[in-house]
Parts: sequence; structure tokens; C-alpha cells
Amino acid sequence: MRVFKMLAVFLAIALVTVSPVLAAETIKIGAILAVTGPAAFLGAPEAKTLEMLVDDINKHGGVKGKKIELIIKDSGASPEKALSFAKQLIEEEKVFAIIGPSTSGETMKIKSVAEEGKTILLSCAAAEVIVNPVAKYVFKTPQKDSHAVARIFEQLKKQGISKVGVLSSNTGFGKAGKEQIEKLAPEHGITIAVNEVYDKAASDLTAEVTKLKAANVGALINWSIEPAQAIVIKNARQIGLNVPIFQSHGFGNIEYVKAAGAAAEGVIFPAGRLLVADTLPKGHAQKSVLLKYKKDYETKFKEDASTFGGHAYDALMIMVKAIETAGTDREKARTAIENIKGFVGTGGVFTFSPQDHNGLDVNSFEMLTVKNGKFVVLADGEKKAEKKDVKKKK
Amino acid sequence: MNIDFFFQYLVAGITYGTIYAIVAIGFNIIYNTTGIINFAQGEFVMLGGMISVALHAFVPLPAAILAAVILTMMIGAIIEILFIRWLANPSVLRMIIITIGISILVRETALHIWGAGVRALPYFTGSEVSAISVGDVHVSPQVLWVIGISAVTVTGLNLFFGRTLPGRQMRACASNRNAARLCGINAKNMVTLSFVLSAGIGALAGCVVSPITYIQYDSGTPLAIKGFTVAILGGLGNSMAAVAAGLILGVLESFSIWIMPTAYKDVISISILLLILFVRPSGLFGNKEAAGLKEF
Repeated sequence: MRVFKMLAVFLAIALVTVSPVLAAETIKIGAILAVTGPAAFLGAPEAKTLEMLVDDINKHGGVKGKKIELIIKDSGASPEKALSFAKQLIEEEKVFAIIGPSTSGETMKIKSVAEEGKTILLSCAAAEVIVNPVAKYVFKTPQKDSHAVARIFEQLKKQGISKVGVLSSNTGFGKAGKEQIEKLAPEHGITIAVNEVYDKAASDLTAEVTKLKAANVGALINWSIEPAQAIVIKNARQIGLNVPIFQSHGFGNIEYVKAAGAAAEGVIFPAGRLLVADTLPKGHAQKSVLLKYKKDYETKFKEDASTFGGHAYDALMIMVKAIETAGTDREKARTAIENIKGFVGTGGVFTFSPQDHNGLDVNSFEMLTVKNGKFVVLADGEKKAEKKDVKKKK
Repeated sequence: MNIDFFFQYLVAGITYGTIYAIVAIGFNIIYNTTGIINFAQGEFVMLGGMISVALHAFVPLPAAILAAVILTMMIGAIIEILFIRWLANPSVLRMIIITIGISILVRETALHIWGAGVRALPYFTGSEVSAISVGDVHVSPQVLWVIGISAVTVTGLNLFFGRTLPGRQMRACASNRNAARLCGINAKNMVTLSFVLSAGIGALAGCVVSPITYIQYDSGTPLAIKGFTVAILGGLGNSMAAVAAGLILGVLESFSIWIMPTAYKDVISISILLLILFVRPSGLFGNKEAAGLKEF
């Protein structure tokens, strides 16, 4: 018996001392993504993208000779679940970095946990507050809300519209967008005539758009990521609210265009260039990256690539680049991310700094519109045509 | 406030109301037979919408809807036979927990089959942007479809429960199960039949509202919550009352948006609902004595 006990103790000690060595041979990267649930259209392509990329990287010998071990946790867009997964990944799995979460609400919930655990967090969510104020270990890859709002306001100015109605959903994304709209409106000379927040599970928004119509607004800006963003444009057109409709970058999912059908035509929204990769001019810096990602994703999963999967692509590739430069020391890798300059990703060209943990500028957004059920760049010629069209309808 | 838009808000309210009402009707049927609330009713709505969208890829719209309704009815029967029929003398609480469990099961199964994307049937007439306009008031033709189908369903159900033998047998089971059995009514079959019926009506509701609201694997629950509220407000077991209560709640919500920020919509509608229930605990059109006989 005694021998057994001693053997057991010995084995236990051996395991404890051996396991860090084993772990050192792979780089553990955690991911907290809303693979299912209301934000599944974000999380599902993100998870697929990560799996595809990690497979590919490992097949080609890993990063600096070490394989990546990817641990994906499905948060179902619940901030509470995201929080417990974050603790689990940091404390038990001791991951090198975490990619995600998919939504802003979840990211804000785990921001402090990542900070305390000194674990690099590369969020795939949009809200400005994630990186403003800057937290040492928290980065994000999607373009900022404020840039999206700024692009929309510029477009409004071009079309000569100053009075708008704003609708947003009661989610982290909707709230963050609404705040930016309210903050930036005065400096762009935009008046918000109606400002309404609706429930994320709203099934019909006729009354809300009626309110906009009653206020005689020049444009409708909607900020949400739920099916409601397709419902709202249908309702607006049904009651004859024929003003230009602007959506957030959350609209960059062709599924919603299909769902809204004819009502989606002419909707204007800022988005990353992935959706229009084919039509970019030849010399464009992002063209080759975008086309390759799009082709790989679409051949592998037989579904359209979305900008959201692209956010996960950017997050992982930035992490890989940082490890390539700085090795697997977490502190050094973190500093390496801050020093990345001119990195071409799907969301834009990233240039980080200790003050800027997003790395993208306002030009990373392109203004897109929907034409014949497809996303196209809102070219100058079309802008004029549309303006005339709107006038005619009035 | 602008009085010109009064009718547009009214129409918006009617749109909300009919969506709530058509979902609420399904709750009443199972309640009428078993005295329980089926918390999986929203899932029948979701299934109807999802199956019809899936089938519509192959067959024309009416056939897809018919097939979706029949398939959902079969699913309703299977669920009842598997989970409820064998219970000897189920308490209300136990039935509630079982139906909640079924709703989670159905929702997750749907997620695995169809994924998390949003779907919708095409508009039955017209398109996403078309509207029937009377002066400055516009209404989507689909809303008229929902109203029409609700009306037909309610009339049909009233005839069924009032005039036909199976309908009366079902009501007998609800009033007093033992007495009904002494009269030679197969109570278990009646419960199965009620699940089949409510699954069918739920599925039909899912088909007609899907162009307006869109359907995804988890859209059953929010629809069911409003449907349930409306069923209670009207008085459980009364389909006609459910429609009236649905319209009242819908119009209340719409007008609350008119004068207040949208965020207060549910506060206002639920406060009014509570007030009504304080004054009339059996619902607006419910029968106090009849309600007293039920366990729940």
C-alpha cells in the first residue's frame, strides 16, 4: 500500500511539473464567441473563421514552431456566460490570449477580468467604450462606432439633410451607437428630431416609424444588430416614409437584405470593404487579403463571408503577428501589438499605438448601399441619382 | 402629438394586436381541455414558420403552409403522447414544468436543424414595401391576412367547440375529467386532440406572421409571452376574448409610443394589464364562476 501511495504522490508531482512543459509546446488561444443565440450571425462566422485559420496555421507548422490550440466557448451572447468563460479561460486554462467576445455588452463585462488576469483580449465587438478609455490588455478589431457615425453624418451633409430620426435597439450595440450619434450630432450640425429605443425582440415597428414620419425627418438612422433592422425598413416603406434610410455597420449581413427584400433597396450604411472586395480597384491595399479570406471561407463553408468573420480573422492574425515578432512572452506580445504598423487586415489597415488599441481610422469604412439585392459601393454618381429619386417621391 | 397620425397609430396597434391575438388563440385550446397552460405554444408558432419556409423552397406557398401545419400537428401529437399521455394524474405545476422543458427541447432541436439565421415567408400578396393606403393611412396587406386568418380561426373554433361532438367532448373533459370519463369520453384522446389542434393553430400563426416579424429558432418565446399575456387579459379559454384583448393591448402599446418614448411601451401596457386584472381577476371577458372551477 505504501508503495502505491508513494507512487501516486510521485505521479501527481510529475504531472504538475510536466504539464507546463507540455502546455508550452502549444499556444493556447481562447475564444468567447456568440456561436448561438441572438448574435449568432456574428459569433458563428467568427468561430468558423478561427477554426479555419488555426487549422491552416497548424498545417503550415504553427507560429514560431508552436501549434496553436484553440478553445472556443459559446457564450450565446450572454454577458454572464461570457464572464464565467473568461474566468475559466484565464484561471484554469491559462490561455495566452482571448479572442472575442462577439458583442459589446459581453466585452464590457469581461474587460476588467482580462485586465486583472493580465491576459490579452482582442474583442470582435464594435462599441467605442471597449478601447476608450484604453485598457492595457484590451484591443479590438472592428471599426469604431464613432467612425461609423462620422461617415453617416458626412453623407447626410452631402445629401443636404440636417434633421434626422434615430432608432436604436436596447442592446449594448444599440446603446453605444446612440450615444455616439448624440455626441457627434452637434458638431456636424445634425438635429435629432426623434430618438427612440425599441426592444431587441420587437416584432413590428410601425408605430415608431410613424413617429418619425410625424416629425417630418429628413432621414432615418437605425442602430441595431437584430432582425429589427430589417423590420424597421419594411415598416418605414410601408407607411410611406420615403426618406433615405441609414443603418449601422451591423447591417453588413446579406441575410438581412434578403429578409427585407424590396425594402432594403437604397439603404445606406458604413461597412468594411469585405462586402465589396470584388469591386475594389486593383491596387487597393486590402484587395488581395479580402479576396483570399473570402474565397477560403466560401469554399470551405459554402456560405457568404461576412465582415464579422473578418473581425475574428483580424484578431487572430494580429495575435499571430505579435507572437512572431515578440515570441510567447505575454508582456512582450502585448507591447508588440501596440507597435504594429500598417498591418493589412479585412477591417482596414491597422496601426496601433499605446493610445490607440483599435488601430483603424475613419477611412476603414466604405459607404455601401443595396442595389438589386446586393451590396455595392455608394459611388458619387449614384448619390446624386438617389437624391433626385427621393425628391421625386416627396 | 399630431392628430393626423391618429389612424396610422391605430393601424400600427392593430398590427401588433393581431400578431398577439393569433398566438394567444393557441393557448386557449389546450387550456380548454386540460386546464393547463402549454408553455411550448410559442415553439409551435416557430415550428410552423420554420417548416413552411423550408418547404417553400420546393412547393408553392399554400402547399407549404398546409404541409407545415399538418407536420406541426403531428409533432404536437408526438409530444403529447411521449411526454404527457402516460402521466397518471399530473399536477398543474408538473405539467407547466414539462411544457417548459418541451419548449427548450424544441428550440434547441430547431437550432441544430436550421441554424440561427432569420427566415421569412414571402408576403402573401404584394411585397415588403407595398401597402394598402386609405388617405394618409397605410397598412401592409399581410396585416389584413393575419386579421382574416384570425377571424376564420376563431369562428371555426367556436363552431367546433360549440357544435361538434369532439368539441363538446373536449369541453366536457375540461369541466370535469372524471365525469366526462363516466360518460364514455376518452379523456386521454381529447388531450392529444387538443395538442394537435393548438399545434396546428400555432403553426398557422407562425406562417402568417413570419413575413412581418421574421422567424428564427428562438422567436417562439417572445411571441408566446405576449400571446400568453393577451390570453390572460381576455380571460383564459375564450378565443374571441383573446382577439379582443390582443387588439386592446396592441393599440395601447401603439398609442403609448405616440405620446411617450418607446422604452415605456411595456411599462404602460403591463401596468394597464395589471390594473385590469386587479379589478377582473378572470380577465376582461372571462367568466368568474367558470374560472373558479379550474385548478389554474
